[in-house]
Amino acid sequence: MNKYLIYLNTKRCIGCHACEVHCKTNKRLPVGPILCEISHEPLKAVRGVPKTEYRFRSCYHCEDPYCVPVCPTGAMQKREDGIVFVDQERCIGCMACVGACPWAIPKHNPATNKVVKCDYCLDRVDAGLKPACVTRCTTHALKFVSLVEI
Amino acid sequence: MCTVRCPIRVETEGNEVTWIEGNSHLLGGALCAKGAAGTALLKDEERPLRPLIRKGGRGAGRWEEVSWYAALDYVADKLKKIIASHGPESIMLSCRGGPFVDLVKAFIHGLGSPNFTNHDSTCGRNVHHASLSLYGLGRKDFIYDIKNCKHLVLFGRNILASLRIAEANQVLDMLDAGGKLTYVDVRQTMTGIKANRFFQVRPGTDYALALGMIHEIIKEKGYDREFVDRHVADFDRLEEFVVPYSAEWAAKECGLRSERIKEFVAEVCAARPKVVFHPGWMLSRYRDSFYASRALHILNVLMGNIEVEGGQILPKGPGDCGIKGLRSFDAQIPKPTAKRADGVGWKYTHFDKGPGLFHLFYETMVTEDPYPVKGLICVRHDPFTCFPDPAAQKEALDKCDLLVSVDTHYSEFGWYADVILPESTYLERDSIIATQKGVKPRFIVRRKAVETEHDTKGLCEIIKQLADRMGIGHYFPYNTMEELWAWQLEPTGHRIEDFDAKGFVPLTDTPIMYDRDKLEGKFKTPSGKIEIISDTLSKAGLDSLKPYQSPEEPPKGQFRLVFGRSPIHAHGHTINNPLLHELMPENTLWINKRQAARLGVEEGDWMDVIGCGCTGVIKAHVTEFIHPEVVYMVHGFGRQVPLQTRAYHAGVGDQKLMRGLLQEMDPAGGGLCLCECFVSVRRSSKNPKRRVEL
Ligand code: SF4
Ligand code: SF4
Ligand code: SF4
Ligand code: SF4
Repeated sequence: MNKYLIYLNTKRCIGCHACEVHCKTNKRLPVGPILCEISHEPLKAVRGVPKTEYRFRSCYHCEDPYCVPVCPTGAMQKREDGIVFVDQERCIGCMACVGACPWAIPKHNPATNKVVKCDYCLDRVDAGLKPACVTRCTTHALKFVSLVEI
Repeated sequence: MCTVRCPIRVETEGNEVTWIEGNSHLLGGALCAKGAAGTALLKDEERPLRPLIRKGGRGAGRWEEVSWYAALDYVADKLKKIIASHGPESIMLSCRGGPFVDLVKAFIHGLGSPNFTNHDSTCGRNVHHASLSLYGLGRKDFIYDIKNCKHLVLFGRNILASLRIAEANQVLDMLDAGGKLTYVDVRQTMTGIKANRFFQVRPGTDYALALGMIHEIIKEKGYDREFVDRHVADFDRLEEFVVPYSAEWAAKECGLRSERIKEFVAEVCAARPKVVFHPGWMLSRYRDSFYASRALHILNVLMGNIEVEGGQILPKGPGDCGIKGLRSFDAQIPKPTAKRADGVGWKYTHFDKGPGLFHLFYETMVTEDPYPVKGLICVRHDPFTCFPDPAAQKEALDKCDLLVSVDTHYSEFGWYADVILPESTYLERDSIIATQKGVKPRFIVRRKAVETEHDTKGLCEIIKQLADRMGIGHYFPYNTMEELWAWQLEPTGHRIEDFDAKGFVPLTDTPIMYDRDKLEGKFKTPSGKIEIISDTLSKAGLDSLKPYQSPEEPPKGQFRLVFGRSPIHAHGHTINNPLLHELMPENTLWINKRQAARLGVEEGDWMDVIGCGCTGVIKAHVTEFIHPEVVYMVHGFGRQVPLQTRAYHAGVGDQKLMRGLLQEMDPAGGGLCLCECFVSVRRSSKNPKRRVEL
């Protein structure tokens, strides 16, 4: 069972894209890979006010991930708590996981020639902290939800 | 990273920054993209890393790398020569403002020159002067208690994109608590999409809309009668003045429906006093922006929102907490006797003498009246990005013998200067301590997180070493930051260690409010009241209540050029940051859908934007939600420093298209009229039709 979820309160999100940078700086990623993405639909007038809502997408941490079985080295793994992550030691950068993921979520890291993806900041989570994007979101719009608690 | 200076906490490993977050006591960890991208700034080598002295002609980009010793000697030598032939007053210093200006102010005053200035004539001067003329208090003498208000009204103040993190969170908290937001602009923005009501007005008609609101509020007797009777002078003059400006009139002028204005008025009158009309942040836009801002201040007065929760609150300082204030460098220095070169205080008696008005110095450089200005030091300020028409600025600057840029990055001005003194980034430098006034005032300080790995220095050290060379080192009695802080803190009884716990020193635990029934004496006008008719303005031959004049329509085939900000970049100085550049590498030209169709322009097409005598090429963003009379772009792009390989010529700089606007000043407010610029646009011939190369 997946234990965690990142939830975006669209009422608070202001599309500032800070979460994308927070994620990158936490993982010390160079220009290139972006592991979470803020996007929105074009504006539409709702009762006289042009409106839109933002979406946040990182990795879906699928119940039955496509990326894990195709990995030839066992680098891509799913933990007990549902987190799908890449063991950097084992990854050979073959990019099989990128092809297998329907949304091409894993990204190539030009600095290491390996793959990186959202891992819910598992080192932080294991230390009892919240993921980088959630902790530092400009407006506290992102929430890290523990599903078992609901 | 940006001039808002949101408080941050930084974690390091060795000399590496590993984590930057918003101060947990004040921001709960929240931080914007600019603040987070500081790690990339540290690693970025496309910034000045050691002192540079110009070798070729100005702007030619040929530099000699020199030691600090040589660079400071060079600057001091030139300054001394200028002082010897023209007097100290022919040196001016401009600083990008913010809480830590005391030191540089002291430096220029210590030299004996009154000519301290900043960027504000392209920013908040109109708002500030409008505030002074009404309350005798400046724009920073009010805090908007947005979080607790019931209705926030924003005229073009794009508060959720021109980010100050604490303020943005206040707006969202207010909305979460059921507060209302009304947004007025010529285009839809990030702030507008959160609004309950959006007035898309014809450009340049903010003043008309504000007048229509005042008329309607007075007509419906919706204002705070008691507050007005008690604190406002010449209210009858206002009543009389607004008679012609009915809601119907305003609606017609702005392109709105009058019922919507009336609905709005009924709503705010029911919600007062917890209503805030934001009087504008950057309001150097139209010929009547001063009066538009003054009308917004008046709307606040009608709401009776002063010193109430959810309204405008007077900020409190150390004195209100029974604590002595910080020792100031500037305050110990005898006031220079020369009159200001920008004419503020003697030629222009209605302007605040504090920072004066930068653009007027350009006029003085050319005319040498009242005296020549020969040296300019810009501290983290880029006049070529901030003021219109860099070509006209260069013409004036060519009369100067010394141009110095103290900055963390290559500014466009720096690239034209004679000397660049590279300042360490915000993660590598300490600052002086400053007071942050507020409902809960505090002392704040910046402390470096890592040591610089290059030959850059913090400002405190640069100023001290320059001061020593100029023979005014005694005004700066410190050799280390510890000594500096101890000197500043001495009267307060605090020590620098007191900052360790939270990153700042709170001066009170509980919010301090004045008794609202005893506001007498708080307004610093000659009469002690809120003055509808300002004597200072009258004496300068200016109206306090100016009859409305309809803005010019763009000449046929042209558009009014308006500009704004994005949450990703801080004006010009972050464009080359690798991580921010990755998010937003260039700006686009927003154009109304119908106009675009007429021009045969589609989303993403290249467009030529043509001002008088200058052209830019920029991609189109086609949208319904911008007024057909305007085109819009984010400010700060189109940079021309070749060493900034990412930002170089990416996008277009609006200020470069504003030919002839350098001295277009609002005579009452001192702000420049930056939106009085018309440009032609067309689908660019640079869009390829087909491929003809191999
Ligand atoms: S940081 Fe927060 S507010 Fe900004 S885009 Fe990301 S989720 Fe939205
Ligand atoms: S990478 Fe793709 S397939 Fe793998 S868990 Fe994430 S969303 Fe699912
Ligand atoms: S790139 Fe790395 S994680 Fe992805 S499939 Fe190959 S070895 Fe596995
Ligand atoms: S949870 Fe961590 S890895 Fe995933 S998007 Fe947020 S910051 Fe990036």
